Amino acid sequence: MNEVKKVQDNILLSVKDLRTWFELKRWGFLHAGFVRAVDGVSFELGKGEAITIVGESGSGKTTLLRTILGLARATEGEITFNGRRIEGQKEHDLAWVRSQVGFVQQDPYGALAPFMNVGGVLREPLIIHKMAEDEQEKRIREVMGEVRLVPVENFIRRYPHMLSGGQQQRLVIARAMILHPSMIVADEPVSMLDASVRVEILELMRKIQDAHNLSVVYITHDLSSVRYFSERVFIMYAAKMVEKTDVQEIVKNPLHPYTQALLKAIPDPEPENADQFRDIPSGEPPNLISPPEGCRFHPRCPQVIKGLCDVDEPPEFEPSPDHFVECWLYK
Amino acid sequence: MTKKLNHKQKSTARVAISTEKSNGPLLKVEDVFLYFKSATGGLVRAVDGVNFELNPGRSLAIVGESGCGKTSLAKAILRLLPRNVATYKGRILLSGTDIMKFGDERFRHDVRWVKISMVSQAAMNSLNPVMKLKDQVAEPLLIDNRTSKKEAYERAREVFRIVGIPVAFLDRYAFELSGGMRQRSIIAMALIADPLLVILDEPTSALDVLTQANIMNALKKIKKELSLNYIFITHDIATSSELADEVVCMYAGQLVEHSTAERFYRDPLHPYAQKLMASVPTLHVYKKPEFITGQPPSLLNPPEGCRFAERCTKRFERCQKEPPLFAHGDEFVKCWLYERG
Repeated sequence: MNEVKKVQDNILLSVKDLRTWFELKRWGFLHAGFVRAVDGVSFELGKGEAITIVGESGSGKTTLLRTILGLARATEGEITFNGRRIEGQKEHDLAWVRSQVGFVQQDPYGALAPFMNVGGVLREPLIIHKMAEDEQEKRIREVMGEVRLVPVENFIRRYPHMLSGGQQQRLVIARAMILHPSMIVADEPVSMLDASVRVEILELMRKIQDAHNLSVVYITHDLSSVRYFSERVFIMYAAKMVEKTDVQEIVKNPLHPYTQALLKAIPDPEPENADQFRDIPSGEPPNLISPPEGCRFHPRCPQVIKGLCDVDEPPEFEPSPDHFVECWLYK
Repeated sequence: MTKKLNHKQKSTARVAISTEKSNGPLLKVEDVFLYFKSATGGLVRAVDGVNFELNPGRSLAIVGESGCGKTSLAKAILRLLPRNVATYKGRILLSGTDIMKFGDERFRHDVRWVKISMVSQAAMNSLNPVMKLKDQVAEPLLIDNRTSKKEAYERAREVFRIVGIPVAFLDRYAFELSGGMRQRSIIAMALIADPLLVILDEPTSALDVLTQANIMNALKKIKKELSLNYIFITHDIATSSELADEVVCMYAGQLVEHSTAERFYRDPLHPYAQKLMASVPTLHVYKKPEFITGQPPSLLNPPEGCRFAERCTKRFERCQKEPPLFAHGDEFVKCWLYERG
């Protein structure tokens, strides 16, 4: 608990009531509603802290990330990075953020230009941010050592297709690290990799985070890797953050019915699984153009309170310290 | 298996493969090789001498990392081969009949989709957008006039009920369904000809966690009700345990271990399987996952001797020679450590 309090004194990123809506148009000009991809999300990220955002596809986690990176425009709300507002700024005013935030993409092969070799990939950000040429070479070697693309001579001239999936992802991490950022944002960094390599990449990211006191926002749909990676975890469902707490707490004491279902749905490798049915709600996440009234999980929720959950949207409750949940059960 | 439909009896009359529960294995794969020609002229040894047996009523999970030959093995069983095949040999016995001896036309007519069907990865995106679901789902029965249109639609309604989709959806188009529903209709399509064996190749990896669990529940229910056999191919070890009675673990084109689920998930034999299990992060039990250093060998030019030796912590002199598949109790393992049973 003390640790959480401590980091709150030096906040790197704060997001307040953020909404990112995409307008739908009919025939190219008639307004036809909004896709509410992010709809009222607030959180804070301390310096040197790692958080994970867990959600299914279409829950808005990637849009949230893109909004924070300035790649999507916020409709409402505030994003403060290092004490400066970043939403609603012009593109060229965001250069300082881009040097401060490293982005690790989901598919390493897709994120690397096939015609650029390792040296070229790593040099590009340095050229854009106008680093002196002799320093460039030194920094490239340094960062390659850090992600263990060693010996450097063997790798620096290779093209992405000559690297294995794990090495490609290490190169993407190296590129994200090269400008000495204060925050790394990773969108499903290991979902395209094999199990035996995943852990290696996650451990590498953890090591880099500790070595440089980096803040990390880690996005995933895989809850089982979360506890090895971050301190706090946020659960997103249908564009909202339904539960926020620390990692151990979410595994031991999940409060929101959606989180509970999620934990039940994820198997551990046990032979007994073959004989058991999982007790989980059926149905699909709602459409974000016209989400259901009240709580967005209520049509699937096994503990729905008629007349409340389907009418009013639940605000955020704090049933125990530092455990936030948007659910009427904890009124 | 009481609710057999007419089409079933009709088709069995033509097909030589018996559907009777015989004493022998349902599927026996013997020394199957599948090599591809690569663009540079080399040989990609995607499946390199695989042997296993599957008894009736059992489900098999095939696990391994990407590129280890899991999907190629499935394609070899179903003879869904691309053009650049260099070698395709071995024996595949389905209820005792060697289906490798069948000509392509007979294989298509009597085996593929009739006896063995397949649900492939992200198959839900392969539905035809301009065809109603009922026509697509019933198609396997309508081809070759296996049944009348009326019977085929009746059967389509039945399989939709089995996989848990409202029957009314048969009159809709694929885009009107969610991803989970589309995947279920593909499963329905795989069941429609009442096959002996369904090969599921990563059937849920493109879906969300809750949808995935729902589909797994449906597959388990189908297995119980229809006493169907699955071969379930996945790289996700945790999910594989949902449908496995037995597990085959593959590495670099070869089968390295074939064990019961009990053995494989608790205490695997092969050093690679042990490492693989140790790398799986667990949610409910706290265990620090490990990783395997190094990379799998290239299938173009695999090393002589044991293919895992380079990354193995237990290697010794014998590993320079390729180990055969040793029997260890009821299990099979391709490792010199188990030479004496």
